Amino acid sequence: MIKLAHIDKTYNPNTVNETKLFTDFNLEVKDNEFVSIIGSNGSGKTTLLNMICGSIPIDNGEILINGESINKLSEFRRYKRIGRVYQNPAMGTCANMTILENMSLADNKGKIFDLKWGTNKKRIKFYKEQLAQLNLGLEDKLGVKVGLLSGGQRQAMALLMSTMTPIDILILDEHTAALDPKTAEIIMALTDKIVREKNLTTIMVTHNLMYALEYGSRLIMMHEGNAIMDIEGDEKRSVVVDDILDIFNRISIERGN
Amino acid sequence: MALVLSVLEQGFIYTILALGVYITYKILDFPDLTVDSSFPLGAAVCAVMIKAGINPYITLPVSFAAGGIAGLATGLIHVKFKVRDLLSGIITMTILYSINLHITGSQANMPIFSDDNIFTLSPFADKLGKYNKVAVIFIIMLICKILMDLYLKTKSGYLLRAVGDNDTVVTVLAKDKGIVKIIGLVIANALVALAGCVMCQDQRFFEISMGTGTIVIGLASVIIGTNVFGKLSFIKTTTSVIIGSVIYKACVAIAIWMGLAAIDMKLITGALFLVILVLSNFRKAGVDND
Ligand SMILES: Nc1ncnc2c1ncn2[C@@H]1O[C@H](COP(=O)(O)OP(=O)(O)O)[C@@H](O)[C@H]1O
Ligand SMILES: [Mg+2]
Repeated sequence: MIKLAHIDKTYNPNTVNETKLFTDFNLEVKDNEFVSIIGSNGSGKTTLLNMICGSIPIDNGEILINGESINKLSEFRRYKRIGRVYQNPAMGTCANMTILENMSLADNKGKIFDLKWGTNKKRIKFYKEQLAQLNLGLEDKLGVKVGLLSGGQRQAMALLMSTMTPIDILILDEHTAALDPKTAEIIMALTDKIVREKNLTTIMVTHNLMYALEYGSRLIMMHEGNAIMDIEGDEKRSVVVDDILDIFNRISIERGN
Repeated sequence: MALVLSVLEQGFIYTILALGVYITYKILDFPDLTVDSSFPLGAAVCAVMIKAGINPYITLPVSFAAGGIAGLATGLIHVKFKVRDLLSGIITMTILYSINLHITGSQANMPIFSDDNIFTLSPFADKLGKYNKVAVIFIIMLICKILMDLYLKTKSGYLLRAVGDNDTVVTVLAKDKGIVKIIGLVIANALVALAGCVMCQDQRFFEISMGTGTIVIGLASVIIGTNVFGKLSFIKTTTSVIIGSVIYKACVAIAIWMGLAAIDMKLITGALFLVILVLSNFRKAGVDND
């Protein structure tokens, strides 16, 4: 279980650029829950994920995983149990390393990076199987540098890499936003499959309302650092895109634009 | 002939330090100025040990280790105290200047002309005659190159390449990217100090300012090597660094042969580096326009 308790977060405090984003923010995500988060630009979605992962510090409050505070845990240590895919496909892979080398790196997460060979030849068959399920032909390009791949291909690899070793939590930040619709579909379907197979607790920020409704067991809408909508189960299943658009419109009107 | 031999000898010594600079500059993207002092550090350790009558071959691993400690210092300053990369190197470089003098017992110059060294004691000194020196240096350089090629294929080597490529990946792999950077700096400066150790025995003296411009020599060699030969996929990057070092040394030698005085050495070193940078920028611009 992930719990955020009484979180405050202000960017650039006491300056002209001060952004008071979160004030006494609370959120609980149960084990194996798949939360989709939507919300307008600047509503704090990425900041929320960054606070959970420790990429940015919080001002006040406490973040707990399975009841234990992780406030003092540095970012890299938190990723022992967390996998993460970023919006920018370049963030999740190493461009100057080959597909095989990238897969080998990811496969060694949680183990020691010592002086043994970086690539275990016995694992190549497994990597090929993993890549083959993407239907992007990457399994035949193991020696190709990842920087030569398309954004979609890189993002697909980033997703495979972030979930290859045992983790409990998967964090996705608009991970289909930079992709063409067809590749986005493939990546989204694969995400759902991996989440189910591995029973991952998942938080997915998405710009795509269809995905937010179709995937996930719970839907949260963020606005100015608040969860202004939080539904799950039957209630979530009964919501349609128009309902959500209505809320978006109402928010825009309140803001006067 | 003597000129060719001396170019190869010095070129291969440059290779050893350029392999180190390759790690910091190309792999880690870290402009590490420590090398200007870790090079004479290796030489100082070497000269003192040889004067003390220790087997010259022992000076190689000891200088290597001493350089590693210098790299560790820069790494800790950068990672733990969060000092900018360039400044971290400058701090260690400055401190090392005094430490190098402490090592030699305040001697800014330390000749080892009359002492045995790795060349006089080489097993093929008699058989190879005037080729002995270049052979010994070549073997040391080749061992460094091969070990580095092998290292970059290990798990630890993968992580080193990853941290320079995209350190977010390293963090998400639950690894401390700072420690990986420190490891890179340790290996790099160990190689540079080893080069200083070999250079000291090649020229048969230690001189406190012999490190000035090491970074330029290393960068020039790496940039020539990777820009000109790195594009050829059948050549390993480390191999292109060897070629780059020899070409660079040859250019300097030609400049001197054409009549420039020895005091203009650093002037040539710097000016040549500028030419190389400008040329490689032109090349890049040409590629962009395609
Ligand atoms: N590193 C930062 N420094 C200053 N302000 C930031 C930073 N990151 C985000 N912000 C501000 O915080 C608000 C929320 O940003 P973000 O969490 O990225 O929103 P979202 O992901 O929902 O679009 C925005 O107003 C943004 O400008
Ligand atoms: Mg965002």
